[in-house]
Amino acid sequence: MAAHSLLSRDRAEAGSIVSRFSPENEALAREIIARYPRPKSAIIPLCHLVQEEHGYLTDDGMAHVAELVGVTAAQVQGTASFYEMFKRHETGRYVLGICTNISCLVLGGAELLARAEERLGIRSGSTTADGRITLEDTECLAACTDAPMCQVNYRYFGGLSDSDFDELLDDLASGAIDEVVPPHGTLARVRQHIPDDRVANIGPPEVQVAPEWFTRREAEMAAPEGEG
Amino acid sequence: MGYRDHHSVFGAAEGTPLVVSSRFGAPDGHTLDGYKASGSYDGYQALDRVLGMAPSKVVATVRDASLLGRGGAGFPAGVKWGFMPPDVQPRYIVVNGDESEPGTYKDRLLMERDPHQLIEGCLIAAYAVGASQVFLYVRGEMAHAQERIAAALNEAYAAGLVGRNIAGTDFSVDIVMAWGAGAYIVGEETALIESLEGERGMPRLKPPYFPAAKGLYMAPTIVNNVETLSNLPWLFNHGVEEYLKTGTEASPGTRLIALSGHVNRPGVYEIPQGTTTFEDLFYGDDYGQGIRDGNELKMFIPGGGSAPWFYPEQVGMALEGKVVGGAGSMLGSGAVVVMDDTTDAVAACLRLVRFYARESCGKCTPCREGTTWLERILRRIIDGHGRPEDLGLLESVGDNISPGPYPTPPGRPRGSRRSPSRPSRPRSARWARRRWRRSPRRCVASDRSSMPTSPTRRRIRSRGRR
Repeated sequence: MAAHSLLSRDRAEAGSIVSRFSPENEALAREIIARYPRPKSAIIPLCHLVQEEHGYLTDDGMAHVAELVGVTAAQVQGTASFYEMFKRHETGRYVLGICTNISCLVLGGAELLARAEERLGIRSGSTTADGRITLEDTECLAACTDAPMCQVNYRYFGGLSDSDFDELLDDLASGAIDEVVPPHGTLARVRQHIPDDRVANIGPPEVQVAPEWFTRREAEMAAPEGEG
Repeated sequence: MGYRDHHSVFGAAEGTPLVVSSRFGAPDGHTLDGYKASGSYDGYQALDRVLGMAPSKVVATVRDASLLGRGGAGFPAGVKWGFMPPDVQPRYIVVNGDESEPGTYKDRLLMERDPHQLIEGCLIAAYAVGASQVFLYVRGEMAHAQERIAAALNEAYAAGLVGRNIAGTDFSVDIVMAWGAGAYIVGEETALIESLEGERGMPRLKPPYFPAAKGLYMAPTIVNNVETLSNLPWLFNHGVEEYLKTGTEASPGTRLIALSGHVNRPGVYEIPQGTTTFEDLFYGDDYGQGIRDGNELKMFIPGGGSAPWFYPEQVGMALEGKVVGGAGSMLGSGAVVVMDDTTDAVAACLRLVRFYARESCGKCTPCREGTTWLERILRRIIDGHGRPEDLGLLESVGDNISPGPYPTPPGRPRGSRRSPSRPSRPRSARWARRRWRRSPRRCVASDRSSMPTSPTRRRIRSRGRR
């Protein structure tokens, strides 16, 4: 299901990528920005949202993020280029990351990577010809007791024997786990929502004072205890 | 058995109080109902207790319990909270859930399987220091943890446990989930703050040494690890006295240890601090159940990829921060990686050095350039093109990145070193080298061009082992 990427590729060939946020995602972006004391703090979540919508971090997407948080597009790119998860080019539907760091290495992580390269016919860092799988040699992913392990679009698969891994590759190729693993770019499928009437106190740091409850409670409750 | 049937192993020895891992096995432990129903106390009861105390009393309680930070440095949380300058507002709490030290796997479990315990911990910390907002920063690659935390926060907001007028009182604080995008160095607290401000995740110049004075948006900020905060509900439900009954005087309570590598039963285990030895951990029935295939232990990493390695003569040592630190390594983030005698020490060392070369944030030249040098030198040794002067060169490059001994002797100024993890980079190389001097020499001397990069499938007995 590389629908979104095919679409943007077609449009790239036609010379007109317009990959700003959809109206729904723009509303969501504004909601995310409102949760931070300063809009700029939302850059990373919003770049993830661009990837979720377009599969990778597009120029237009970054420009839109910049507009929304009130910085320049270069500042957004400056931040985003630091982080490995932001892809500046199209990826496969699946990004398959195989850990080869210490705990996985001693239990066959490098062999798993070699197996994937051989079976997929590509080197790590590249994408299969059918656009389904991008292979990555990744760093520790915090599943060390499940070594050797891999992630598919940041979903965990651990304790992989050779046959387990082959089965996983088969399922990735056939689309059998498309329902379990959303396309690349989608992280959490549950989002935080703070109901308007439940917001306690979010605002720029400059206008903040000591919370009333804190001052009052400290004055009233600490007194009988003495200096302690 | 297919790839879908794998489950992470976790557990504890009989009699160990489950301070943080009591709901790991509960299928609905991550929901509000599951959290309230399980354990010996109802969920969010610790919060009720805390709301009956003065904020300064809460700080004092945490200080009395000597709750040590579980992120790596082992700094007492109560003392850290006390560093906040009085009458400076706003104050923020930042939860460090950017677990990415090689070998470490515990915060992800806590976030995925018990998010409400963490949220309750956040509320207690926010109450204690008078924070106006809490940011829960989850590592970017942990999609499932992000889902669980978001769902739990939504539930907690809806139930009136987070946000305005918490539990019907005047206590009000927002908890916002933030998430990263893949950068190891963001686990360093000032880098995490930079990332949270929408910047490149590079550590800040020091001093100021503590974000408690100047942190997020230059306001007083407490950065605590996920496991540290997850201890708080149990601590306030059971009291300091009960908390101090487990572990040792210097390091009370329990710790989550991720035991990985060549043991028969790798897993995440909650152990009493300071009373369990590495030997218990590797060979005990409740834990590792021995080295795989009956092999001999060759070496182990006691506290994550940055920690100097230990060898068989240290297995009798207790897992206690001060003890391990005194022996020249660190317990760090509770990541123990076991390597048996089939492991190629040089290849393992190269992989860690490559990690630091890849993940160097690039701010300081000695680390940015030096780690790449270390990687290149080790690579050529492994490829069979090592030169006799390479060992000295490794030493010299390492000293340029992190001069002097590690750990830094007490009283020695920390200088303006930007990243406290900077010494990590050459450390594994230096320690491996010190111990394995003979082994890399052999590599240098003989033609090893056919050596595979992975140590796993090699069955060459290391004659260099002492």
